[in-house]
Amino acid sequence: MNNNEKVKEPLFHIVKRDAIPVGKAWGIRVIAIVAALLVCALVTTVLTKDNPLSIYATIFKGAFGSARKTWVTFQDLSILLIISLALTPAFKMKFWNIGGEGQVLIGGLASAACMILLADKMSNAGIIVCMIVSSIAAGAIWGLVPAFFKAKWNTNETLATLMMNYIATQLVAFYTVRWEVPKGSGKIGIINQSTSLGWLPQIGNKYLLSIIVAVIVTAGMYIYLNYSKHGYEIAVVGESENTARYVGMKVKKVIIRTMLLSGGLCGLAGLLLVGGINHTITTTIAGGQGFTAVMVSWLAKFNPITMIFTSFLIVFLGRGAGEISTRFGLNHSFSDILTGIILFFIIGCEFFIYYKINFRKSKKEESK
Amino acid sequence: MIDLVAFIPRAVGQGIPLLYGSTGEIITQKSGNLNLGIPGVMYVGAISGVIGSFFYEQSIKNGGTENGFLMIAIPLLCSLLGSFLMGLLYSFLTVTLRANQNVTGLAMTTFGVGFGNFFGGSLIKISGLDVPSIALSKTSTYFSKSFVGTDAGWFGKIFLSYGFLAYAAIIIAIASALIIKRTRVGLHLRAVGESPTTADAAGINVTRYKYVATCAGCMIAGLGGLYYVMDYACGVWSNDAFGDRGWLAIALVIFTIWRPDMSIFASILFGGLYILYLYIPTGMDHMEYKEIYKMIPYIVTLVVLVITSMRNKRENQPPASLGLSYFREER
Amino acid sequence: MDKKQAAVSLRNVTKTFGKVTANSKVNLDIYKGEILALLGENGSGKTTLMNMLSGIYFPDEGQIFINGREEVIRSPRDAYSLGIGMVHQHFKLVDVLTAAENIVLGMEGALNLKAASARIREICDRYGFEVDPGRKIYDMSVSEKQTVEIVKVLYRGADILILDEPTAVLTPQETEKLFNVLRNMRDDGKAIVIITHKMHEVESLSDRVAVLRRGEYVGDMLTADTTAQEMTDMMVGHSVTLNIERPDPVNPKPRIEVKNLTVRNAEGIIKLEDVSFTANSGEILGIAGISGCGQKELLEAIAGLQPAETGSISYIDDNGERDELLGKDPLKIAGMGVTLSFVPEDRLGMGLVGNMDLTDNMMLRSFRRGRTVFTDRKAPKHLAENVVKDLEVVTPSVATPVRRLSGGNVQKVLVGREIASAPTVLLTAYAVRGLDINSSYTIYDLINQQKKAGVAVVFVGEDLDVLLEISDRILVLCGGRVSGVVDGRTTDKNTVGMMMTRVGGGKLSE
Repeated sequence: MNNNEKVKEPLFHIVKRDAIPVGKAWGIRVIAIVAALLVCALVTTVLTKDNPLSIYATIFKGAFGSARKTWVTFQDLSILLIISLALTPAFKMKFWNIGGEGQVLIGGLASAACMILLADKMSNAGIIVCMIVSSIAAGAIWGLVPAFFKAKWNTNETLATLMMNYIATQLVAFYTVRWEVPKGSGKIGIINQSTSLGWLPQIGNKYLLSIIVAVIVTAGMYIYLNYSKHGYEIAVVGESENTARYVGMKVKKVIIRTMLLSGGLCGLAGLLLVGGINHTITTTIAGGQGFTAVMVSWLAKFNPITMIFTSFLIVFLGRGAGEISTRFGLNHSFSDILTGIILFFIIGCEFFIYYKINFRKSKKEESK
Repeated sequence: MIDLVAFIPRAVGQGIPLLYGSTGEIITQKSGNLNLGIPGVMYVGAISGVIGSFFYEQSIKNGGTENGFLMIAIPLLCSLLGSFLMGLLYSFLTVTLRANQNVTGLAMTTFGVGFGNFFGGSLIKISGLDVPSIALSKTSTYFSKSFVGTDAGWFGKIFLSYGFLAYAAIIIAIASALIIKRTRVGLHLRAVGESPTTADAAGINVTRYKYVATCAGCMIAGLGGLYYVMDYACGVWSNDAFGDRGWLAIALVIFTIWRPDMSIFASILFGGLYILYLYIPTGMDHMEYKEIYKMIPYIVTLVVLVITSMRNKRENQPPASLGLSYFREER
Repeated sequence: MDKKQAAVSLRNVTKTFGKVTANSKVNLDIYKGEILALLGENGSGKTTLMNMLSGIYFPDEGQIFINGREEVIRSPRDAYSLGIGMVHQHFKLVDVLTAAENIVLGMEGALNLKAASARIREICDRYGFEVDPGRKIYDMSVSEKQTVEIVKVLYRGADILILDEPTAVLTPQETEKLFNVLRNMRDDGKAIVIITHKMHEVESLSDRVAVLRRGEYVGDMLTADTTAQEMTDMMVGHSVTLNIERPDPVNPKPRIEVKNLTVRNAEGIIKLEDVSFTANSGEILGIAGISGCGQKELLEAIAGLQPAETGSISYIDDNGERDELLGKDPLKIAGMGVTLSFVPEDRLGMGLVGNMDLTDNMMLRSFRRGRTVFTDRKAPKHLAENVVKDLEVVTPSVATPVRRLSGGNVQKVLVGREIASAPTVLLTAYAVRGLDINSSYTIYDLINQQKKAGVAVVFVGEDLDVLLEISDRILVLCGGRVSGVVDGRTTDKNTVGMMMTRVGGGKLSE
């Protein structure tokens, strides 16, 4: 057609991919991670003037340099994994729970409260039972509040869960001052240091408990999401609320129930942090892991097994970067920079999994 | 009784970074981008300015002459550049590559806060210079120079005692409000955030609006970080001192129901609430209640969020396409 | 007639979507100072043709002349600059903006809403509209929104105006108002095209009628020279024999009794008004009507998905006992022992989950079975395999996400699941839409098998030929009201066509 030639078509055209083989999708992700590691090494080289190979060695040493380091790596991995798993059912339902931080904190606060207030009123076992129940309940309530608003009035859950984080932080700050030891120090210190009341029992060594809990939660979450009726309902609600209603599911009920679970599991992570690992509470005890977990869960495409690897990647890198900082006298926030770089690459590479770029053939070629 | 003449200037000082952050985020959200990376951007804006000014002050020490214009221009431009690059990164990932906005934003915050603290803590080491700490007192005097001295009356203290970035924040907020409300660019921006499909059909370049709004929003937010370190903190960088103000700025966006002009008062109010505990006598035995007062802004914001969703009044809702990426062929 | 100037001339315009030809070598002239009614059945290519004028689609072949000059229309912007404006069925308006803001959206130059409002009022006065420029869209009724769309088009200086089924959402009074405005615009020398199905509107409004059938241009005539009967005949064409099996109903007994059902949708518009009918067991009740006449609401009300204002829906079991279905959700209905199957119009958005595989989709209805907290995938997997085998579903495996199957196979999966539960009532909406011939016949066979098994089948269809051959009785809806119930064996296509366009068909006047 004569007039068609006037039509200026763009050079390339982006279309949604139909489906991509799983292998190829992971290939793209691996390439992205490798590229990110190269950039990380480059950045580190520039800042430390060390040679890139020894940087990788240092990162590895930071995570696995000694038995203790290895245990700590796995303990950190466990906590991050539990929080990520906790957020996952909510995300599968397309409920953007970025309140993991607050749910962990409030769970930790509940544990600390039991340890402090019940110290001279109950046996150790009684205290621990109370801690378990109250921390899970506290986390669940923190998840319930935004879920209720969402179900009832469709309140934006991203912003609501975000606010809940800071309310939790301030509550912890309030009780930190109230329970501070010694007065005026602004911190609680190790709780029940002499009696060890409310300290979660050690299994083997002091790291193993969290690891065992993480293994159980991972397996449990995998089964819950893939084989339980609840998990199935979550998946259907997340994919299409219309379909959920069509088969008679109560969407509001599913939202509330799922957030109770999500918040409760975060509370459990708080229990481990306070009762099992630190034996104290501070406002920064969750250390931003509630946010990191959002990314870990998303990177794993909400698959609990894959999440072991994504949380490992983040923890490994964080500890490795910590080692680099120590060795070269740099600030410890170095790990955040490396984590950020890795995240940007993986986030960006998803595009190439879901979309494909078609370059237009020029008109001349087409007519040939 | 609270001494208002002493209290208000401090509340304003606390409020200005929030005002920058919320104005930037409002512009960004109006285009449909929920940028949770603002806390990181504000750190980057602060540290970029610090880096620029640090090297300039060092060069002066080494025999250069002090130029008042450069004293202000160098940190300002460095800060704008740093936060612009963050905005570009966010736009590229979420608009061009259509990545999830929540995840991208959180990654930016991780990166940005880490970036700020890292260079804040390691700048001296990396540059190999022999100085004890980052104290940009010279730059700070330029940034905090105000119309009146310490002997000013109540009027001077409340209205005239701030550095130029404070007034700039208010001007930018008013200008943003006017642009959003009264100009064609603002109208198109609102349309893009509400319904990119409709905007696209009307011939508006959705991608360009999202990029420009996000980058401009980040640059404005970054200035909040710069104000904090250069004016409020007197040029002294200390890690994590900026704290969670970035998140509070995002809360302000909801609190002001997406209106930068409202944010001027709301920021100062939040700033006041942030330091109110210093002025409410709790007695030495009950210092903990100060922490409860600090909770007020967040609770109020949550309540506002819930009430607006309950009343379901359309103007007070978040932009309809907030958090969603736009793909023309998916209708 | 010969004094008239052609504002638009289409010559040999063809548009295909994949293998489907939407328009084939269409020639059409649109004159200034004239209202042209573009007629045709669902899917006859009316909207596609007009979308090529408004810059949404680009023709594969053919030429478009505007005011005698050949033009290329690439985007809505190009169309506007040529003076062409189209009011789409789905409004393109931003809810939180005012009428004036929406009207000037996308235009250039400084924003002066006062001046714009003044011009809007001027346009309104000239043609007899009522629009408050400062009012927000979300505060407006559907007819006001439509007015805004028309003003938006006029504001940009359009003198060729296309309206796609503008009256579908309007009350009779609003329709009359709109028609007066359109007449004023015609007298002002504008060229107007109105796409519609409704005969009485064509008769009362248009000067000329053009008819499309299956993407082809059939012909045109002056409205004054033709009759509703002639237009309907041109629209539907000659009956096509499809040879769909139609066994005689065995022992039909009332199964679903709908009485005085009135339904409003979420926007408060009446979608069904005082609808009463009975669906019998062992019988197929066809439902005919122009799309959007309340078919969706009717089926969803029976299935427990749509609340009603008034009326009742009774389920009558084999022993003659009655149960009320209205006010119960799907779970409660199932709990009453009523096995009700529903094949909805939106297959992947409602009936199935696109990202889930066949097995998981089979489980949608049955996942609650069993007393454990775990789902049992064995039975659904077995069912999926049977459906694949029996209905010849083409799929790599039962673990393939259904969104990757073709339209016909998706429908087989959905129908297969719905009939697997041995229903007593089967509701289907547009069961063969978009399916090829073979898949369509598979679906017809399945539905007939259900009928023979004594199921009460409600078959909502759009192709009259199919409805006439498969249904025992046909309920005709028109604008949410029952236009009549006819016998599928004795009635003809034209009668049904007439009933679809006005309540009671040709015999009754409005």
